[in-house]
Amino acid sequence: MSDLTIRNLKKSFDDTHIIKGIDLDIKDHEFVVFVGPSGCGKSTLLRLIAGLEEVTSGSIQLDERDITDVAPAKRDLAMVFQSYALYPHMTVRKNMSFALDLAGIDKAEIQRKVEDAAKVLELGPLLERKPKALSGGQRQRVAIGRSIVRNPKIFLFDEPLSNLDAALRVLMRLELARLHKELNATMIYVTHDQVEAMTLADKVVVLNAGRVEQVGSPLELYHHPVNQFVAGFIGTPKMAFLKGTVKAVSNAGVTVALDCGPHYQLPHQSTSLKPGDDITFGIRPENIEVVGADQSPFKVRLDVTEHLGADTYCYIKLANGEMMTVRAPGDFMADYGQNAGLLPDLSQAHLFDASGKTIPRPRTPAQAA
Amino acid sequence: MSISSLPAEGTAHASAPPVTVHEERQRQSRLSLAMVSPSVAVLLIWMAVPLAMTIYFSLIRYNLLYPGDNDFVGLENYYFFLTDEGFTAGMTNTLLLVCSVLLISVVVGVLIAVLVDTSFWGRGIVRVLLISPFFIMPTVSALVWKNLLLHPVSGVFAAVWRFFGAEPIDWFATYPMEAIILIVSWQWVPFAVLLLMTAMQSLDQEQKDAARLDGAGPVAIFWHITLPHLARPIAVVVMIETIFLLSIFAEIFTTTGGGPGYETTNLAYLIYSQALLQFDVGLASAGGLVAVLLANIAAFILIRMIGKNLTDKG
Repeated sequence: MSDLTIRNLKKSFDDTHIIKGIDLDIKDHEFVVFVGPSGCGKSTLLRLIAGLEEVTSGSIQLDERDITDVAPAKRDLAMVFQSYALYPHMTVRKNMSFALDLAGIDKAEIQRKVEDAAKVLELGPLLERKPKALSGGQRQRVAIGRSIVRNPKIFLFDEPLSNLDAALRVLMRLELARLHKELNATMIYVTHDQVEAMTLADKVVVLNAGRVEQVGSPLELYHHPVNQFVAGFIGTPKMAFLKGTVKAVSNAGVTVALDCGPHYQLPHQSTSLKPGDDITFGIRPENIEVVGADQSPFKVRLDVTEHLGADTYCYIKLANGEMMTVRAPGDFMADYGQNAGLLPDLSQAHLFDASGKTIPRPRTPAQAA
Repeated sequence: MSISSLPAEGTAHASAPPVTVHEERQRQSRLSLAMVSPSVAVLLIWMAVPLAMTIYFSLIRYNLLYPGDNDFVGLENYYFFLTDEGFTAGMTNTLLLVCSVLLISVVVGVLIAVLVDTSFWGRGIVRVLLISPFFIMPTVSALVWKNLLLHPVSGVFAAVWRFFGAEPIDWFATYPMEAIILIVSWQWVPFAVLLLMTAMQSLDQEQKDAARLDGAGPVAIFWHITLPHLARPIAVVVMIETIFLLSIFAEIFTTTGGGPGYETTNLAYLIYSQALLQFDVGLASAGGLVAVLLANIAAFILIRMIGKNLTDKG
């Protein structure tokens, strides 16, 4: 078992509050990803869990055992660092066995554990090498191997892929996903890269300025962000945010007038909105269609277009200065400055009130799952 | 090679620029040779002339008390120098001095470097204070130690001894070599601290974190992480300090004058005393060459032992 429970956790450095009260439950075998912009406290949170930083207040429990003030080595956790933090003067074998050596475990037992971990990670031929003679991906695997031999309850990863090149990153991402299934382990993974978060996680924790914004499955975050921050953070290219005002509220939904021109009738249900309120209309680039200028009330001039092969990103600057992106099919052709109309898929639109909170929208059967 | 060939070359090619790549490369290499030759020539003269003169002096009878009596005596000077009763003492003392100071500066240097690596209030000032003895002239520091610290009547140590009711020690009479080692260490520990302190800053914090997670306490981290990390800078400290410690002179000259007897005479001081106290330039030259030979042997061993460590990437 390895259930981690965090209650009202706070951390301050002098007068700077980094973690401002976090409650979190991590279940056995889950792959949890902490994601957020730099400086949001996600690495600090991980270091607090690992015991590398002292908790200011609050508690951390692992399987009913309070580990808030327990020494890092006694917490049954293992961590993979961003720089891998391999011991440069030790061979791969020694790097992996270091913790066991210190614990004074039987030599034959250590040998067996190291060989087992090496087999899982295909490190066998590299065991007698020093870290300097390894490539980035191999070092990464050694760092993971060092965690595996300790057989921890929870694996902690601190941006482990950020030092690898793009191709290797995709490869290691798959390997981590495979490892998670194979070891059936509980993993906590910190990243600023939302693609890693979306692809790896069972549960994503979006952090911002020392607070949890939302916890949920990747698709839950994508389809039902609780606020404008999460909506903007998850998904590339970013969701477009257009300012507007409420025109009417009824049982059928909300009618909004966007500052850039068009009026839309949205299916969102709200009891708090009243006509005249400021709102923000959010729409993802993939939920907009570009049509001829005369086919839509939402008329725009196309800016730069980027052809990525499978998709085409059209960048648009609206008359009132707002920016938005549209994801068009790969063979979409447009001239710079061309007039066009936009057709947003209103069933996929998001609505945020003046404070940035989401106005809930009806769930389609697929999204409700 | 001379400087005058430079403009001649330049003008010759200015009219007819080189055609092929090969010619151009040849011209370049000739030019660069001409450019460096003055400094190389000066260096050669600076080294070769004194060396040749020393070798010449070491082979003749050359005593300032008997001018004009400069016969060729072969290796007699070497024989006298090596069998001189001061030679064995000088060798032992040189070795003792170098090894003790190296040991002290590495051990104390590592400890201080590790201690000041943890942050505390006023660390910047402490660091400057730690390094400052290195910037004091050897003569000055030796005089300060002799007259203000170790002096049996007016020294600080004597005052401390008296405060506890003990008899003050006349350091330079009772423990002359230890006193010299103390002074020289005081000067060279800061050098080790300076190098090791900077090296400590390049120690990856995440490595220490990883070791903590692996269950290593402060002592285990010191042995398994910090010390291996400092291996290279320690090698540099040993190499550089050896070179300077072999020729320690000012500290001995200002404090004990090599005495009592030969107790604090090292090779450098022995050669000085033969040349300028006994006026036997021939004998001193022979001694100088023996010292050069020894220094080269030491350098050879050091570079074999440590240089490999420095270039080794593993």
